[in-house]
Amino acid sequence: MMSWLLILLPLAGVLAIIVSPARMAKMLALLTSLVVFGVSIAAAVGFDGWGKGTWGLEGAFNWLSRYGIEIQVGADSVSLILVLLTTLLLPLAVLGSFTSVRDRLREYYGWLLGLEAAMIGVFLARDLIFFYVCFEFTLVPMFFLIAIYGSTNRARASMKFLIYTFTGSLITLAAFLWLAWSASQAADGQWTFSIAALTHHATTSLAGSEQAWLLLALLIGFGVKVPIFPVHTWLPLAHTEAPTAGSVILAGVLLKLGTYGLYRFMLPMCPEAVVAWAPVIAILAIIGILYAALICWVQTDVKKLVAYSSVSHLGFCILGLFALNPMGLEGAILYMVNHGLSTGALFFLIGMMYERFHTRDMREVGGLAGRMPVWAFFMVFFVLASVGLPGLNGFVSEFLCLIATFSAGDMGAYPGVLGPWYAAIAALGMIFAAMYLLIMVGKMVFGPERLPAGSHDDGTLPRDLGAREITVLVPLAVLCIVLGVQPWLVIDGTSAAVADTLAVYQPIFEQLTQQTGASVTNALVGGTP
Amino acid sequence: MIEKLWFVIPEAVLLVGVVVVAILGLVRSGQIRNRVPWVAMAFVIGCGVAYPFVFTETAVSESTSLLPGLGRPMGLVACVVGVCLVFMTIGRIDRRYEQAIAEGRDRFDPLRSNRGEYYVFFLLSLAGLMLTCSANDLIWLFLALELTSLPTYVMVAMSRSSRRAQEAAMKYFFLGAMSAAMFLYGFSLLYAATGTVELTEMREILTAQAAEGGISMLAVVGMMLALLGIGFKLAAAPMHLYAADVYEGAAVHVTAVLGFIPKAAGAVAFMLLLSTMGWFDGSTLPLPILILLWVMAVLTMTLGNVAALLQRSVKRMLAYSSISHSGYLLIGIIAGPGLGFSAVILYLFVYGLANTGAFAVLASLEREGREIESVEDLAGLRQKHPGSAIALAISSGSLLGFPPLLGFWGKLALFIAGIASGHIVLVLIAGVNSAISAWYYLRLVGLPLMSEPSERSETIDRVAVPWPRFAAIGIAAAMVVLPIFLAGIQDETDVPLPPDTADVVATHESGDQDASGL
Repeated sequence: MMSWLLILLPLAGVLAIIVSPARMAKMLALLTSLVVFGVSIAAAVGFDGWGKGTWGLEGAFNWLSRYGIEIQVGADSVSLILVLLTTLLLPLAVLGSFTSVRDRLREYYGWLLGLEAAMIGVFLARDLIFFYVCFEFTLVPMFFLIAIYGSTNRARASMKFLIYTFTGSLITLAAFLWLAWSASQAADGQWTFSIAALTHHATTSLAGSEQAWLLLALLIGFGVKVPIFPVHTWLPLAHTEAPTAGSVILAGVLLKLGTYGLYRFMLPMCPEAVVAWAPVIAILAIIGILYAALICWVQTDVKKLVAYSSVSHLGFCILGLFALNPMGLEGAILYMVNHGLSTGALFFLIGMMYERFHTRDMREVGGLAGRMPVWAFFMVFFVLASVGLPGLNGFVSEFLCLIATFSAGDMGAYPGVLGPWYAAIAALGMIFAAMYLLIMVGKMVFGPERLPAGSHDDGTLPRDLGAREITVLVPLAVLCIVLGVQPWLVIDGTSAAVADTLAVYQPIFEQLTQQTGASVTNALVGGTP
Repeated sequence: MIEKLWFVIPEAVLLVGVVVVAILGLVRSGQIRNRVPWVAMAFVIGCGVAYPFVFTETAVSESTSLLPGLGRPMGLVACVVGVCLVFMTIGRIDRRYEQAIAEGRDRFDPLRSNRGEYYVFFLLSLAGLMLTCSANDLIWLFLALELTSLPTYVMVAMSRSSRRAQEAAMKYFFLGAMSAAMFLYGFSLLYAATGTVELTEMREILTAQAAEGGISMLAVVGMMLALLGIGFKLAAAPMHLYAADVYEGAAVHVTAVLGFIPKAAGAVAFMLLLSTMGWFDGSTLPLPILILLWVMAVLTMTLGNVAALLQRSVKRMLAYSSISHSGYLLIGIIAGPGLGFSAVILYLFVYGLANTGAFAVLASLEREGREIESVEDLAGLRQKHPGSAIALAISSGSLLGFPPLLGFWGKLALFIAGIASGHIVLVLIAGVNSAISAWYYLRLVGLPLMSEPSERSETIDRVAVPWPRFAAIGIAAAMVVLPIFLAGIQDETDVPLPPDTADVVATHESGDQDASGL
C-alpha cells in the first residue's frame, strides 16, 4: 500500500498541477513532494527489514499474462534508503527552483513530480519490465527539463543525454528479455519477469560464458548511467546545461540508478562473471577517477567542475561494489547517499551563485566570502564534505570503499579479486579531489572580490542567501553531519541485505581458493606489494 | 464453400458500404455529401462489430484454413485503425471544391467530385486486407493482395492535383505491377512444386517432402520470389525504393493509408505463405528462406532508419521510418506462430495507430493552403498549436517505442518473440536501430515543443476542419491510456496456434537454427 502511494502520489500531484492555474504550480509541487516525503518516512519507520535483509512494502498486479509481466513492487533496506534520498531531495529541488524558473511553470513542476514517481518506481520495482519502464521514463522528464529550462547549449545536451542512455538501456533490455526467455525454457515455457525468480535462475543455471554476456549487456546499460569511463561524456554536458534542480536530481538520484542497477542486478545475477571481470571494471573505474579528476583540475566553469567530480567520485563507489566484500558494498551504498547529499548541495550553491551573477566562470567571479558570508560558509562546508573531511559524511564512505578494495585479497570469507594496488592508485583520486575542490573554494570564496562586469542584480534576490535558500541547504548539511558521525544508521541497516547479496559469491571464492591453494588475489592479480 | 462465405461476412459489410458510399458521394445535396465520411466510418465500425459474431471459437476451431485464428485479431486491428484513418479525413477530401459549391461559386459536377470515390477506394482496400487474412489458396491470396493495392494506386493519383502526385502514382503503379508479376511467378513455381494452390494441402505436401529428405528447390525458389514480390507491399528492402517518393507525392491522408493497409496485408501474406513451408513439429524455416528474411529484416530496419536520419521533409522522414517498422515486423514473422505472429498483430495495431496519429497532426496543419513540407517548419509549433505539438510528440515517442507509451509494448512483444525463437542477434540489431531512430523521432518531439518558432513556422495555420486535429489528439490520448488496458489488447490480438503446428518457442533450442528440411 505504501509503495503504491509513493508512486501514485507524485502522479496525482502532476494531475493537480495540470488542472490548476500556473501560479499555484510551485506550491502544489512543494506540497505533494512534502507529503511524499512524509509517506516515505512513515514507510521507513514501519519497515521491519532494517538490518534483516527481508523485503517489505510488497504488492503486485497482473499486467501482461502472456509474458508473465506484473507490476510488482517491494523494498529491502537498500531500496528504501535510496527512496528516502529521492523523496528528501525532491522538495528541496522544488524549493530551490522558486526564483530560477519563471515561465512554463506548470510543465516544469509537473515534470519534476513525474520524475520523482519514475525514480521511486525504479527503486521499488520487483519486476524487470516494470523496472525498465520506470528506468526509461526517468529520461523523459529530464530530457524536457534540460531542453526547455537549460542554458545555451541545452538542445545538444538533452539530445546527447537521451540518446546515450536510451542506447545503453536498450541493450540491457535485450539482455533482460534473453534472461527471461532462458528462465522460461527452464520452467516449461512459463514466463516470468519477477526479479527474484530471474536472479535465482541466473545464479543457479547460467553457464559462465552466458553470465559474461549478461554482465557485458548490463554493464553497457548501467555503466552509461553511472557513468563509467569511457561512456561518461554525456554527463558533463547534461549537468552543465541543466537547470539547478535538474543537476541536483541528476547527480543526487539519477546517477544512482546506475550503481543501484549494478548492485541489484549485476552482482547477484552473474557472480562468476563478476569475479572474472571485476579487475577490468575496477580499472575502468580507476581510469575514470583519475582522468575526471585531472579534467576537474583545469576547469574554470564551476558547474562543469562539480559535474566531472561526480564521474570521479562514483568511481570509488564502483570500486566498493566490486571489492565484493561486505565492507565495500556497505561503503558503496553509503557513498550513493553521501554523494547525493553533498554533490546535490554543491549544485544548489552554484545555482544560487549563478542566479545572482549569471556566470559560472570562476575567473569572472570570486572572493565572495565578504559579500555573501552565509553562501561562503555552506560552500566551504559542502566542499569539505565532498573532499572527505573526517567527521563529515564523505570521509566514511570513501574510506570504506578504499579500505575494502585494499584488503579485498584477505577478507577471510570474502577473498575478492581486487587488491592493494587498486586502492593505492585510486587513492590518488582523493588527493586530486582535495586539490581541485580546494582550488575552486580558494578562487570562489576567498581572495579579492571579483564580480562580472555590469551588474546583473535585478533586486529580486537578497545580496546573500535568503531564508528560502538556507532552508534548502540546512537539511542537507544536518544529514552530512549525522551521517558523518553516525554512519552506522545506513551501514547497520543494510548489512544483512548486503550479506544476502554476497552469499552467492562464497562457493565461487572457496573454489578459487582451493584451485590455487593460495589467496585469490595472488592468483589473479599477481601478488601483493 | 459455405464456410468461406460465412467468414467473409465482415468484408461483405464493407462491400455494401462501398456501394452506399459511392451513391451518396454523387448526390446533389451538399449536406448528404458531407455525411459520406461518417457513413463510411459507420460501415467500418459495423464490420468490426461483425467480427466477434462471425469468428466465434467454434467456427474458428472447425475451420480448415491454414491460420484460422488470424482473421479475427487482424480484422479488429484493421477496423480500429481504419476508423482512425477515416476520422482524420473528415472534411478534408475535396475541401475547397465543396466550399466553393457551398458558397455558390461553383456548381456540383459528379465528374469532378472525389468525396465519395475516396471512401469507395478506401473501403475496398480495407476489404482487401481483411480478405487476405481469410485466404486459403494462392489465387484468393493474389486477388486479395491486388484488391488491397489497386485502390491505393488510384488514391495516390487523385489525392492532389499536383504533378508530384501523378508521378508518384505512376511510379507506384508500375513498380506495384512488377512486384505483382514477381510474386505471381513465385506462386506458379510453388504450384509447380506441389501441384496444388490450396495452402493447407500445400503445407501437407511440403511437410511430407521435408520428412522425405528435403523441400524441393523449386518450392524454395518460388517462395523466395513470392516473398520478394510481396515485400513491395511491406516496403521491405530491397523492394522499398518506391516508398519515399510515393509517400511524399501523395496527400497526407493517403500517405497514412499507405503506411498501414498495404503493409498489414503484406505481413499477413508473409505469415500465411511461410506457414506452408516451415514450423513443422518444432523445426524453423528452410535455411535459404530464413537467410532471405534475415537479410530483408536487417536491411529494411537499417536502411529505413539511416535514410530517415538524412531527411528534411517530414513526410519522407515518416516514409523511411515506416520502412524501418517493416523491418521490426519481420522479426515477429521470423519468430513464427505463437508468440511471433501475435506480436506482429499487436505491433501492427500499435504502429498503425501511432503512424496515423503522426500523419493526422500533419493533416491538421497547413501553410497558405499547402501541406507542411520540411521538419524545420514545425519549430515552435507549441506556441500557436499546443495540442498538435503534444500529439505529434506523443505519436513520435510511441513510434520510437519509448516506455510507457503504447509503442513500447508492441516492440517489447516483438523483441520477446525474436529472442524466444533464438534470434537474439536480430533483436540486438533492432535495438541499435531503435537507438538510431531516436535521433529523428526526437526532432519531431523537440522542434515543436522546445524550439523557438521561425519565420516559416509562424505562418502555419490550422486546417479549417477540426476533425484531423481531433483524430490526432484522440490517438495521442490512446497512446497514453491504452497501456493500462494492455491485458485486454493482448487477448484480442492473440493469434492462437493452429492445432497441427508445434509451438516453436516451447521446443526450440537456443542457437539451433538449422533447417530440418534441407
